[in-house]
Amino acid sequence: MDSSAAQTLVHEPSVIYPRLKIRLGRVITYAILISLALLMLLPFLWMISASLKMDKDVFRYPIEWVPAIPQWSNYIAIWTRIPFLTFFANTLKLTVTITLLQVFTSSFAAYAFAKLHFPGRDLLFLAYIGSIAIPWQVYMVPQFIMMRQLGLVDNHASLILLQAFSAFGVFLLRQFFVSIPDEILDAARIDGMSEYGIYFRIMLPLSKPALATLTIFTSVAVWNDFMGPLIYLTSQHLKTIQLGLRMFIQQYSADYALIMAAALVSLIPVVILFLALQRFFVEGIATTGVKG
Amino acid sequence: MSTVSLRQTTIAAGKRRSHFKKYLVAYSFILPNLIGFAIFTLVPMVFSLALSFMNWDGANQISWAGLDNFRRLLTDETFGISLRNTLFFVSGNVPLTMMASLGLALLLNQPLRGRNLFRTTFFFPYVASLVAVAVVWNMLFFPSAGPVNQVLISLGVQNPPRWAASVDWAMPTVIMASVWKGMGYYMIIYLAALQSIPSTLYEAAAVDGANGWQKFRHITLPMLTPATFFISVMLIISSFKIFDLIMVMTGGGPGRATNVLVIHIYNTAFREFRFGYSSSIAMVLLVMVLGITIVQFYMERRWVKYQ
Repeated sequence: MDSSAAQTLVHEPSVIYPRLKIRLGRVITYAILISLALLMLLPFLWMISASLKMDKDVFRYPIEWVPAIPQWSNYIAIWTRIPFLTFFANTLKLTVTITLLQVFTSSFAAYAFAKLHFPGRDLLFLAYIGSIAIPWQVYMVPQFIMMRQLGLVDNHASLILLQAFSAFGVFLLRQFFVSIPDEILDAARIDGMSEYGIYFRIMLPLSKPALATLTIFTSVAVWNDFMGPLIYLTSQHLKTIQLGLRMFIQQYSADYALIMAAALVSLIPVVILFLALQRFFVEGIATTGVKG
Repeated sequence: MSTVSLRQTTIAAGKRRSHFKKYLVAYSFILPNLIGFAIFTLVPMVFSLALSFMNWDGANQISWAGLDNFRRLLTDETFGISLRNTLFFVSGNVPLTMMASLGLALLLNQPLRGRNLFRTTFFFPYVASLVAVAVVWNMLFFPSAGPVNQVLISLGVQNPPRWAASVDWAMPTVIMASVWKGMGYYMIIYLAALQSIPSTLYEAAAVDGANGWQKFRHITLPMLTPATFFISVMLIISSFKIFDLIMVMTGGGPGRATNVLVIHIYNTAFREFRFGYSSSIAMVLLVMVLGITIVQFYMERRWVKYQ
């Protein structure tokens, strides 16, 4: 009797004020989420704020989040201090070339792995998967030696060749292609369509989400790549934006505002791509768990 | 049914010649990728193993070293330090990132307004470039005048840590930045897993009088084990590979406080041009990553529950 009385007592508030309880829980959840979101964004907000200040004001405390006199000239200075535009153009060129090549070669191979039969298919696919598990850092040195023998060090071609043929891309697209029913392909074959025709006119149009996922992952990875360019590119006129940013930091280490402006500008293309295509990003990760 | 029977007739009618042609078509799909993959990935992998038994500075004659490189590892003080630092980073980064991403996923796995906005916000640091992120973190955590320490001082902290500039705090600072950058990504994997848990399980538990904690402990956590397994494998591998963040934030310093394995490989190969020796360090990295992954897969069936 006692225990049941205690139980009713415990349960009573939620019976009488169920709405209030739920609403209070909501408020707390929102409060936590909003403060966490601010915490996540704080470094970026500080970056924007600092990029519009004079160097001497960047570390002034208390923080002046909105500068009284925004120094827009910082955003002009970064283009003249270092060849930022060249870095930008180089990165864009690498990103577009590598992404296109990777999506093309990967989807081509993925079609054969998913839908065609040939001797050695499974063994070969195993080699592809196995190579994904091996960190690139393990074989980056022999790769470099090879590229040096080919005379491609300090040349964009080395980075393009290294990243255009991705085992990861093949794996990602193959997993998607497998889910497309064979019946559709067989029907096309009966109608006399060649395998190439099926690939171009049936497979690719049906795989837009997967192709978009690979495109986003690859382009973001290439745009943000730091170690590859660090190893391969030494000439100023070939460097990418990430290297340029680091060079900027090292050369003008006290120009805090300019560094922040440059960092912010380097983020903009990724932000645009991300916001425009974030649906694919999220779906891509959620369904495949893949990593760029 | 009709397609199956049709396929059977085509196979029956097919001659060896047509098989050969079919294989040729299949190989033509694979080749563009396979040629590049074989030359630029498979060959260097094998080469890397061979190189770890060689001595080579890249200019002079390459020579056989046998196990010398591996023996040298035992006396290389920097190697020992970078191994320890790597393990320090892994043991901090992996559990913290997992807890943070699970926490975020649980918070977001509710019918909330603006859920997508929050998800996008938490995920964003993951796509931001490491260099930009590392620079901001360094400035925020500037020892003398950085905003973080100024806030700490105004809160009455006498001697705030010197963060990335101090031997003791450099690694925790790097781990903090890494967790902040990576947790949004794993949050999305957890979120997808949470959304696939059938609500009937919770309803049944509610009928049995389970409270919130009991539901979490006996439904949510077990149902999440496949995601947890997957995330732990991915996270451990990527933590062993850490390079960019540390290179830009501390350059491996101060002293050798954040000198991790990949930085040691990089320095040995591209600054000291000891290609053979650097490959032997790379082999240690490989064995550790593969070893841990294999152990994880072996342990999988003990704790991972598939529906």
